[in-house]
Amino acid sequence: MIRSFFSLKWLYRLSSPKLFYSISGKAIPWLLSVSVALLTLGLFWGLLVAPPDARQGDSFRIIYIHVPSSFLALAGYYFMAVAGAVGLVWRTKLSFWFMKSAASIGASMTFLALFTGAIWGRPSWGTYWVWDARVTSMLILLFLYLGVMAMIRAFDNKEYGQKNGAILALVGTVNVPIIYKSVDWWHTLHQPATLKLTSESTIHIDMLQPLLVMILGFYLFYALTICLFLRAEILYHEQATSWVKDLCARRQEKSG
Amino acid sequence: MIHPLRKQRMQWICLILISASVATALIAYMLRQNANFFYTPSQIVIGQAPLGVSLRAGGEVVVGSLKRAQQSLAIEFLVSDGSHSVKVKYEGILPDLFSEGQSTVVTGKIDDQNTLHAVQVLAKHDENYTPPEIAEMYENQGI
Repeated sequence: MIRSFFSLKWLYRLSSPKLFYSISGKAIPWLLSVSVALLTLGLFWGLLVAPPDARQGDSFRIIYIHVPSSFLALAGYYFMAVAGAVGLVWRTKLSFWFMKSAASIGASMTFLALFTGAIWGRPSWGTYWVWDARVTSMLILLFLYLGVMAMIRAFDNKEYGQKNGAILALVGTVNVPIIYKSVDWWHTLHQPATLKLTSESTIHIDMLQPLLVMILGFYLFYALTICLFLRAEILYHEQATSWVKDLCARRQEKSG
Repeated sequence: MIHPLRKQRMQWICLILISASVATALIAYMLRQNANFFYTPSQIVIGQAPLGVSLRAGGEVVVGSLKRAQQSLAIEFLVSDGSHSVKVKYEGILPDLFSEGQSTVVTGKIDDQNTLHAVQVLAKHDENYTPPEIAEMYENQGI
């Protein structure tokens, strides 16, 4: 059992579009209900129940959107790049479609992080935008996502576009640790990290708990959107196959 | 056993990752000063910052150094990094989070007396988030 897990055969089988379509179809109702529940709980808790910050007052509450979306913007880039690498090596169709889905969702997350940062920055810093290392490297991340999205769609030969997109995604991975460490490596206006892996976090527990709920909620919401995007890609690319035609026929029977 | 063709593709991917990392590390090393958003007061005092051109300085607003003019929005304060401090003169509205003992980043030109004539004052927030009662408790305990 353990050996078969490490042989990655299970992952290889899951990369069959048909199998992924049926498994994700069962996962979607769960992902939808749990992520909506967590996001509702986290927002209610963070925006209404958690205490205000001693210095920032209520404006600090933007972290309940800003921090989770930044997490997913960075982690999502690795998901996209790893999928691209798997596609390059094993030429599995599903990994390239995953990469394409992760690119659009990651770009939205990065935009959300930049946007919430800007509207927080105006009252707190005194400006919407600064060209410090953190904010600038995050803007580069947005352009990398948009670049991968454009590259995938730029060629008439789809396979060529996917391979080029994967290479661009891989090259761009060097930006992710730079974003993460920028606040330590250079003098920036953006504050250093509050949530730390190796030492105690510098946020009060009453404010931390709803933040963790929001981060978990964002991860599940991310998984949900990936499933939805990926299923649309599968149906589009596999529309000529017999299993998709059967599926459509059954759907029509049900509704008709 | 991994297929030789796949092994070769993996090697290519590693090569791409390594060369991209080396190139970026070299660029980051070259930009190490230019990528800084501001100079520290020490850098300004020992003459590492250029005079007469617009630059940014960052540090903590020295407690008790903030002076406000009676009739105008003119203010002056000291910015310190613990070892040196620089006097800042500014006329305008300060951001909400600006206060003594907190970090700030100011943009302006330095004259030959090491006074910075600021055209913009930004507040820098720290990484701590504390409810008001807890912050008050810390203050009373003198932490």
